[in-house]
Amino acid sequence: MAAFEPVLTRNVGKPEALSVRGYRQGGGYEGLAKSLKMEPDAVIEEVKKSGLRGRGGAGFSAGLKWSFIPKGKDKPKYLVCNADESEPGTFKDRLLMEHDPHQLIEGCAICCWAVSAATCYIYIRGEYTQAAATLERALKEAYEQGILGDSVMGSGFKLDMYVHRGAGAYICGEETGMLESLEGKRGQPRVKPPFPAVVGAFGSPTVINNVETLCNVPHIIVRGADWYKGIGTDERNTGPKLYAISGHVERPGTYEYPIGVTFRELLDGAGGMWKGRTLKAFIPGGASAPILKADQIDIKMDFDTVAKAGSMLGSAAVIVMDETTCMVRSVARLSKFFNHESCGQCTPCREGTNWMELVLKRLEHGEGTERDAQLLLSICKNIGGNSLCALGDAAIGPVKSLVDRFPEEIHQHVRDRACPFPKQRYFSNGA
Amino acid sequence: MSVSEPQVKRAVLPEAARAELDEIRKRYPTNEAALLPALHIAQREWGGWLPDEAIEAVAHELALAPAKVYGVVTFYDLYHQKPVGRHRIRVCTNLSCQLRGSEEIMETLHQELGVGEDEVTPDGRCSFIHFECLGSCDTAPMMMVDEEYQENLTPNRVRQILKGLK
Repeated sequence: MAAFEPVLTRNVGKPEALSVRGYRQGGGYEGLAKSLKMEPDAVIEEVKKSGLRGRGGAGFSAGLKWSFIPKGKDKPKYLVCNADESEPGTFKDRLLMEHDPHQLIEGCAICCWAVSAATCYIYIRGEYTQAAATLERALKEAYEQGILGDSVMGSGFKLDMYVHRGAGAYICGEETGMLESLEGKRGQPRVKPPFPAVVGAFGSPTVINNVETLCNVPHIIVRGADWYKGIGTDERNTGPKLYAISGHVERPGTYEYPIGVTFRELLDGAGGMWKGRTLKAFIPGGASAPILKADQIDIKMDFDTVAKAGSMLGSAAVIVMDETTCMVRSVARLSKFFNHESCGQCTPCREGTNWMELVLKRLEHGEGTERDAQLLLSICKNIGGNSLCALGDAAIGPVKSLVDRFPEEIHQHVRDRACPFPKQRYFSNGA
Repeated sequence: MSVSEPQVKRAVLPEAARAELDEIRKRYPTNEAALLPALHIAQREWGGWLPDEAIEAVAHELALAPAKVYGVVTFYDLYHQKPVGRHRIRVCTNLSCQLRGSEEIMETLHQELGVGEDEVTPDGRCSFIHFECLGSCDTAPMMMVDEEYQENLTPNRVRQILKGLK
């Protein structure tokens, strides 16, 4: 692993990259210049060939997504960059936007050229005020330098790009919820089909890609799909990947590795377990991903391997828990989140997430019964596959894994009529 | 007999805010799409929350029904429908922060400010609420004070930050 040179994070900690000039000195905007000399379809082909899969959670082929945009000029086309990073545990896109905004702008511009979109909205969560300000400054300069606007880098291609701030709603990270929100409505997901590639923003064909996904694009164009495919596990899991690791590790942070690094390597890279404690469990891909036990420590962190192990890579937000952690309490917190964030549109999700939170809370408070494990599974069954968007299924991921993989802990809570884990004090008196 | 129009006094966005909004509206093909940005501006102008008159002003400005604007306001966590402190504190309490002591941060705020969650201190200075993941899990525990992230918190650090808020 030592030989891996960072791709996406190469400008992190280099303030000069915040300006167009500094970014170009490091080879920036070469990908856009090269793309503009290629046929749009050739750009799509190259991205398809690279095997780049969406970094937001679903892992769908980016090139394929772009190819679904209908040709022809009867309707305007849009790119909406999903910068609504809200999956608990995830903070990688924020790093990319705060440290290397032009890399994102370049990726967006290449995508717009490839699908003939004249407008791009970067939908950023409202809480990310610093990232939004950094992007606004970078966009302003990109316009001044002729990288955006009436003639992108002198090519005659017209492109406008705007930051659009959300207002605090996890569901707006779901692509059709995001479109609703962009249009000024409550962020309630739409019925699919039609898919956004056909009817997206303002009734027009729309590509929606995650920040990290788009940041890969300039590198694919400059260095080629073959170079890109050479990084990673296999042809279905390619390229560099950001892993956001948090919880009980010594050095939480965003780390870049070839996709498919093992969890053990990730953990070691983050300084190992906090205070030298023992690993109990970890979430490999954000709050929606089923929890894995410590015996999965050598798992390869790519889309397919994590899926095979009964979880998902998701946003690659890795939350690490040591032996002092109460799993019931942890999952109760995640359920509270999903209950709060359910948009209320579909009954199974709206009501089911509420019940999951209530049952988990009563278990944690020692008021649960032996039937609660089965009750939780039954609620999961009623939510699963029965809501318009993926939030319902996301909400059941951690709960099912709690019942399946930590049944003894639930049992202990019921038997002892209390949580068996003493409430931790993280800060000593005077801290 | 002449009938005069009833005089309804309506709150409006201040002129500068309106000009700011006009610029933003050009970015979108529809009026409605400017609603979230308009509400952000209005909330700033009305001291961090959106009373009914602010909602009506935005509705009028964008030619939308107040009920529709109200429906949007209630959907999003960053819009507030009751008064907040001059300084607004949002504490992340989601899992990554919980695993690093966010509950003690909430307790510290409660003790130091002498008010409960979502209440305003008697001098109008501060209010605090717990919040979902703020995307800063590598610096947990953390909180957002007005527009800024305060990271790697300890109870003492929280006390220091509070002292700096006027």
